[in-house]
Amino acid sequence: MSAPPILIPHASGTNRDGEAAQAVELAGGDPRIVHINELRRGDVAFADHAAVLLPGGFSYGDALGAGGRLALELRTWFGEELAATVAAGKPLLGICNGFQVLVKAGLLPGPMSAPREVTLTENARGRFECRWVTLRVDVGTPSWLSAAHGALIRCPVAHGEGRIAVADPRVTQEIEDRGLVAFRYMHTGAAPLEDPLKPADGAYPANPNGSVNDIAGLCDAPGAVVGLMPHPEDHVLSWQRPSGPEEGAGLPVFEAFVGAAR
Amino acid sequence: MTLRIDVTAADDPEGAQVLAAAPLVGVATLTGCRVSRVYHVAGEISADEIDRLCAEVLVDPVVDRHSIGDPPASVGRAVEVAPMAGVTDADARELERAASQLGLAEIQVSTARRYDLEGDIDETAVATITRRLLANDTIERSVEGALEPIFAGEASVDASVDLVPLASLSDDELEALSRDRVLSLDVNEMRVIQAHFAGEDRPPTDAELETLAQTWSEHCVHKTFRARIELTHTAADGTVTVTEHDGLLPALREVTEELDPWWLRSAFVDDAGIIAFDEDFDLAFKVETHNHPSALEPFGGANTGVGGVVRDILGVSARPIACTDVLCFGPSDLPDDRLPTGVLHPRRIRDGVVAGIGDYGNKLGLPTVNGAVIYHEGYVGNPLVYCGALGLLPAGSHPTEAHIGDRVISIGGRVGRDGIHGATFSSAGMDASTVDSVGSAVQIGDPITEKGCIEVVERARDARLYTAITDCGAGGFSSAVGEMGEDLGVEIDLAGVPLKYPGLQPWEIWLSEAQERIVMAVPPDKLPALQTLCDDWDVELTDLGHFTGDERLRVGYEGLSVVDMPMAFLHDGLPRRDMVGAWSDVAPVAPVAHTPDAKLVLALLAHPDVASKEDIVRRYDHEVRGGTIVRPYVGPEADGPADAAVIKPLGTGHNTIAAVLSNGICPRVGFHDPWAMALLAIDEAVRNLVAVGGDPDRVAVLDNFCWGDPTKPDRLGGLIRAVQGCTDGARRYAMPFISGKDSLFNEFDGQAIPGTLLISAVGLVPDMAHAINSAGMHPGDDLWLVGRGGAALGGSLVDAVLDLGATEVPQPLDDPLPRYRALHAAISGGLITAAHDCSDGGVAVAIAEMAIAARAGVHVTVPADGLDPLGALTNEAPGRLVVAASPSDRDAVAAALGSFGRRVGEVMDDDRIAMRVPDADDAAAGLDQASHTIIEVSIADALAAFTGGDA
Repeated sequence: MSAPPILIPHASGTNRDGEAAQAVELAGGDPRIVHINELRRGDVAFADHAAVLLPGGFSYGDALGAGGRLALELRTWFGEELAATVAAGKPLLGICNGFQVLVKAGLLPGPMSAPREVTLTENARGRFECRWVTLRVDVGTPSWLSAAHGALIRCPVAHGEGRIAVADPRVTQEIEDRGLVAFRYMHTGAAPLEDPLKPADGAYPANPNGSVNDIAGLCDAPGAVVGLMPHPEDHVLSWQRPSGPEEGAGLPVFEAFVGAAR
Repeated sequence: MTLRIDVTAADDPEGAQVLAAAPLVGVATLTGCRVSRVYHVAGEISADEIDRLCAEVLVDPVVDRHSIGDPPASVGRAVEVAPMAGVTDADARELERAASQLGLAEIQVSTARRYDLEGDIDETAVATITRRLLANDTIERSVEGALEPIFAGEASVDASVDLVPLASLSDDELEALSRDRVLSLDVNEMRVIQAHFAGEDRPPTDAELETLAQTWSEHCVHKTFRARIELTHTAADGTVTVTEHDGLLPALREVTEELDPWWLRSAFVDDAGIIAFDEDFDLAFKVETHNHPSALEPFGGANTGVGGVVRDILGVSARPIACTDVLCFGPSDLPDDRLPTGVLHPRRIRDGVVAGIGDYGNKLGLPTVNGAVIYHEGYVGNPLVYCGALGLLPAGSHPTEAHIGDRVISIGGRVGRDGIHGATFSSAGMDASTVDSVGSAVQIGDPITEKGCIEVVERARDARLYTAITDCGAGGFSSAVGEMGEDLGVEIDLAGVPLKYPGLQPWEIWLSEAQERIVMAVPPDKLPALQTLCDDWDVELTDLGHFTGDERLRVGYEGLSVVDMPMAFLHDGLPRRDMVGAWSDVAPVAPVAHTPDAKLVLALLAHPDVASKEDIVRRYDHEVRGGTIVRPYVGPEADGPADAAVIKPLGTGHNTIAAVLSNGICPRVGFHDPWAMALLAIDEAVRNLVAVGGDPDRVAVLDNFCWGDPTKPDRLGGLIRAVQGCTDGARRYAMPFISGKDSLFNEFDGQAIPGTLLISAVGLVPDMAHAINSAGMHPGDDLWLVGRGGAALGGSLVDAVLDLGATEVPQPLDDPLPRYRALHAAISGGLITAAHDCSDGGVAVAIAEMAIAARAGVHVTVPADGLDPLGALTNEAPGRLVVAASPSDRDAVAAALGSFGRRVGEVMDDDRIAMRVPDADDAAAGLDQASHTIIEVSIADALAAFTGGDA
């Protein structure tokens, strides 16, 4: 089976595209890092790809709020292409800055509502933070990510604006009821990872940013669009993990992603 | 028309931070602080369009509230803060671009922050909070109430070139001219310039004089490090030796040439040193300082410090892959009454510097993996900020020869008055015009522009689009172009240089130190490809001129001649300096005796130099690029300090070689003996590197000297002794210096900083599977001590904590390599489960840190080595490490370590750190016969001391 082409758009300030490409490749995909300008000129088309991965970084330096500027560009320049990608059920994954973009663009948890009721904002501690966390894939709605449902993943977070906040507690309940929580921060421990681990229950640093209901990632109701703040692409090789349990690789996320793109 | 938009977040961490910090600056009555972002928008924009801008870009509907028009009524007192004109304002720029993307009317934007302060606070309290917490008048303006916006002006350039008559000036007048124009040239140098232009029969232009001053500056040409120096060295017994030193830099280079290992690719000739990584790739390494800017504007100073050293890596065609930073600050708890006027509090400097480093490195996508923080009162007026960067390049891919006809191309940021004579411009009287002309001495960085340069340079290198490259740093174009064109000559036209704002004179464009620029020599037939590449990556390209072959530096601006000088005079005309240095050794004084106890161990762990820096380190991304193997903090709870960083560069997965970065710095030793300080710093860097699996035979080092005024003989004397320590160390450790940097004149009010040498090491871990850290041990493992202790406590942490008055410093090792080779063989053989070096606080701190890192008890009998219990526990003799190994490997470890290693204890499945120390009277009796004192602390107490938390 030939490797499905995976589009990894690069905007000014994108920086975890290299690791995202490595993870996609290890999962059997054919990663293609393409600058937004090339997409805009039409040199490369969204439609020629089986899936889209928006990587981490600081697009436009996080000016005017993380992800907001790129979200605006995606909507104004690529609104139709994105809609077609989603309508075709192609997997769309956003990591860290890519997740911020998808939320600010109204694609997560979606559908686009006006005004938006979910956002990613400054960490509760008011600063950028880099540390390893433990996640559980918690997706409740049918999704390409369901292939990895229940997986426990250890990987780093590295962000300053990763706190999920909602306009109203009702919104949290709705997200939970519809099974749109894709990833949840879990309590870590030196012991082997095993389900059931307890959710972090808001406790720092297991939940590093104060996200409501320990939400680390979201998906949309049709299950094609998924995003998360932590970086499973930084734990796809065994030597990448620090001391602790000898498991919890992030590769299952990318295997599910590439698998659905075939 | 102009209108204002205020946006406030519902919950607001920054406001909470101001509230928490207010009591620390003496305002206990602040009860609330709410921060708003303010956007002043100018242009023919409709109310509907403004609403759209808010909905689409400015206002997050979930967390933000906003108002349009007048500022919202304040419940208390309001302070507004805005960047000065010309200071990077990314939000304003991006809002202008967003409006254009949305198809709205063209707008100009100016931003501000508004702080609504509540509580019983008077005008003085508001002023204190503003000055100490909210605004920095080096780059910002602030007012209580509403601040009028300033938009970039439209003034056109009335370009002119001024002539500076020199012919008739006396020596005094030459000196006065140098002082008034901040040329920093001495009278000899001014006379040489006077004679040159007398020969040309014309006065120099302003730009020519400035170009010479830049090119001949201490910063660019290292006058002190090239000078002939006479050193008078008075030994402790009064013996006086006078020696001649034919240049400090040549002495450092000479050792490198003498050692010349096969894996050395390039040393001292370029922006960074280069060594081989594997058969396909080389590593480039450089460490710079950004001290003075960081003292004035900590965030911007450190920000641009990172940016500068990353460009040094680009300047040797390498892709930056990691950052390091070593910081020296005044004590965080310095009482306000000890703070000199005009100096920012050390706490504020630290917080700003840390934020600045994190902001730039994180946004470039570079892991910040190694560093140190040192606190000492000697750095209050003059903090030190060392920024390092590591790069990776395909072997042999860095071109260094421009050809006649090649274009001189600049890529990256636009030019403003940044860095020009910053110190001489007054920041008083802030109306629009003066603010415009002041520009800023210190700039806030623009990492996203630099990130674009990184992407373009890597691709341009791989497509062989340029024949030479250098970064634009101090001196701006004048240095970068002047150096690149040294052999061939260049002709430059400044008229096409894109400016941040209008009104710059030609000499200002030529000298501007605007950040984020790279200069390349590009063959004309490659220029279209480079232009396309730059367009693709949103990087601005400027064609400045061409390489001529006439060996002259010619710069013009729309027909005006700005500079016209022979390259030979610019680069070889500088007369060499003769300087004198003096150093007197101090006679050793017997230190006060002290009996160690558990309290002392906790006090050592709690000392700011030792205590956990996690609070700082976690603000840096140390994971990006997915190659970090040994992280800054290790162990099951990721809170034990690592010795060095090991990283596997992305894209080198075809083998198991990894890179290792470490550092050594011990300024406390330097007070007593700068020569020993250099050797001990080298040892610290090497032992840290070996501790994580680095090969001691594949290490290259960088020197970074931060010193006081070298025209004062005592300062220069200490500096020479430190350089001698470096050259002696390079020979003893067989480690070449591959690059370096000196930052001199670090004085405040005539007080020099502690002469401080940072040694940064780069090396290889041959097989990353054998990279280890300080936490990998298991209960039941043996603990071994490598190396022997010494009595000297001068410059040690315990001397600083107990004020023992010790002056004798540890004796450097004569032949250090055998022990490091032995340990490396044991680590490479997979025998060692954990290793940690003994540095600040000696064995006591090393063992406690390992116990914390591994969350495992350690029971150790510390060998007396003829010392009293205090010395045995806390001496900082070089070449010592604590390592762990399985008891099943006991014989193999004993064989590998030979006489260097002694088995001293065991890792336990408990929570006790127990150190058995032979009593002083019995120390000579040997380990087994002596009576002992047992010092014991729990891991919980040790951790509490180390992290500053509660037990």
